[in-house]
Amino acid sequence: MSAQAPAPVGGARRVGRLEPAALAGVMSRDVVIFKRYWKATTFSSVVQPTIYLLAFGLGFGTLLKQIDHVKTIEYIATGTVATAVLFSSAFPGMFNTFIRWQFQRTYDAMLAAPVDVEELITAEVLWISLRAGVYGLAPLVVGLAFGLQPNAGMLLVPFIGFLTGFGFAAFGVAIAAVAKTIDNFNYVTSAVLTPMFLVAGTFFPISTLPAGLRTIAQINPLYHCVQLVRDASLGALGTADLGHAAVLLAFAVIMWRIAIWQLGKRLID
Amino acid sequence: MLIVVGGARSGYGPESEIRTAGDRHSPIRTASSHGRRNAAKPILDVRSAPEIGHLECPDMTAEHQHAPIGRGDGAAISLQGVFKRYGSIVAVNGLELEVAPGVCFCLLGPNGAGKSTTMRMLTAQALADEGRIRVLGYELPRESKQSRLEMGVVPQLDNLDVELTCRQILMVFARLYRVARGERAAAVQRALELANLTARADTIVRELSGGMRRRLLVGRGLIHQPRLVLLDEPTVGLDPQVRQELWSLIDALRASGVTVLMSTHYIEEAERLADVVAVMSAGKIVAQGTPQELVRAHAGEQVLEVYGPPAQLAQASEIVARNGWQSRRSGPALAIMRAESLNGEAPQGVRRPANLEDAFVALTGEEIE
Repeated sequence: MSAQAPAPVGGARRVGRLEPAALAGVMSRDVVIFKRYWKATTFSSVVQPTIYLLAFGLGFGTLLKQIDHVKTIEYIATGTVATAVLFSSAFPGMFNTFIRWQFQRTYDAMLAAPVDVEELITAEVLWISLRAGVYGLAPLVVGLAFGLQPNAGMLLVPFIGFLTGFGFAAFGVAIAAVAKTIDNFNYVTSAVLTPMFLVAGTFFPISTLPAGLRTIAQINPLYHCVQLVRDASLGALGTADLGHAAVLLAFAVIMWRIAIWQLGKRLID
Repeated sequence: MLIVVGGARSGYGPESEIRTAGDRHSPIRTASSHGRRNAAKPILDVRSAPEIGHLECPDMTAEHQHAPIGRGDGAAISLQGVFKRYGSIVAVNGLELEVAPGVCFCLLGPNGAGKSTTMRMLTAQALADEGRIRVLGYELPRESKQSRLEMGVVPQLDNLDVELTCRQILMVFARLYRVARGERAAAVQRALELANLTARADTIVRELSGGMRRRLLVGRGLIHQPRLVLLDEPTVGLDPQVRQELWSLIDALRASGVTVLMSTHYIEEAERLADVVAVMSAGKIVAQGTPQELVRAHAGEQVLEVYGPPAQLAQASEIVARNGWQSRRSGPALAIMRAESLNGEAPQGVRRPANLEDAFVALTGEEIE
């Protein structure tokens, strides 16, 4: 070391908050895992909504020409998008988090590296929601085969799926953080997620619901996802959709912070 | 005295010559003796390999190993008045600890002494209730992420991704540790060689043996060539042969000038590897020094071991108590410390040199498993 500026203070680089390098590092692990299991993951994410689509779409379709002034296939296909997004985000949010945190201790290993809790959870939620955005397209693709009309607005669906998926993935992480055992997820699935996906205008309009349930439906983020997807896919976007998007954004941000807060409390003692 | 690791190769290969038994005990190793040791060409020079030196400071070459590391100068690790409580349990109880750069520092203590909690606090995975913690000059927990960038961690519990291959795991951690894109493949290769897992690079972790997994944990912790390595009970539960392999690895690390903080409850491990041993009991350091200093100070030079039927041992115990001598049960025998200074009342027995185990038991009151 000759005459020169003093050695850099504290190593060559500084670290900050929510660094892209940290997010990419955490997500690189998800990508590796996904490459190994993409078939199984994709199978369940595509086949499940397809079954809904066939069961409700073709079943009801013969009985009803229209639901809420929309062709039955259009109604069901767009409703199923929301279902696909919900299931491909809330479930990985719960199960992956619990398994990696409690059983495999992956998060412990990563937090010993220069990754903080905020980055770890953000990256995991980001990855799940990216996937959910893509998987959300599956019902539309299947729907096209059954007479759904293509519409340029459908290109917005992955983004809507991403935004919705972000909130529900973070919701799953928060649930995993407070769950005592992995069996506790059954309560959430039965008591929260299943009613949520039914009372969201997915397969029947919420206007058919009693007033109390209708109000609940309106605070259900999935309802706003359904409306947004439906309006986008059917070329009917309007100002009301800004409101739907705002709700989804708020849900995503709130759940994101809750997930970090709740899991952070348990990862760092 | 050095472990010779595979000739010119920088890895720790199957042909490594592992010398561990006798030669490790001889001279007293202190922090200052490191200078001499490092002056010899380090075999496993974790710092100066230019092709993977992504974290290198310009002055991190062999002749600057005593330059201050991290920020500021002084200790690599410093804890002052640190407390950590879990409910009514006090895991760490006013811990004072200072680890000088370049030494192999061993926290030796029985299970439950607070070693693992201390280790977790050094990566800010546990937050101290009170006190000040600095690692590589960074103030924890505020600057912990910066310090983690510059240190490696080998955990006690296996937290490898069982579904990934060795190479995939190392690649993920190369990214997490910000190894530059162009250097990642070389860093992974180097870690594989270090862990002696080149042949298993593409094997899924689930299919590896316990020893291989532990070596992979070490390789993972060293992927970014850290200047400080934390090893939490690195050989717990391993068979003797694997333990020897890991010891060689740790010794080679230390020889290359990396600061090592290791926790263990194995006396032998501390005795063989450590420059400085701090005996930890009930959440604090009860004694610290080189192994030899600890033995001298707490067990004297010789130990008298008295064997015999219970009645005879009871009689011996009585003599010990009357004279206020220090003793402990050692298997079937009664071991009396400082045998060199006993008076004529001393019972018949076998004299042997005092060892770290004697000192450890004298300090902690705990027998060794």
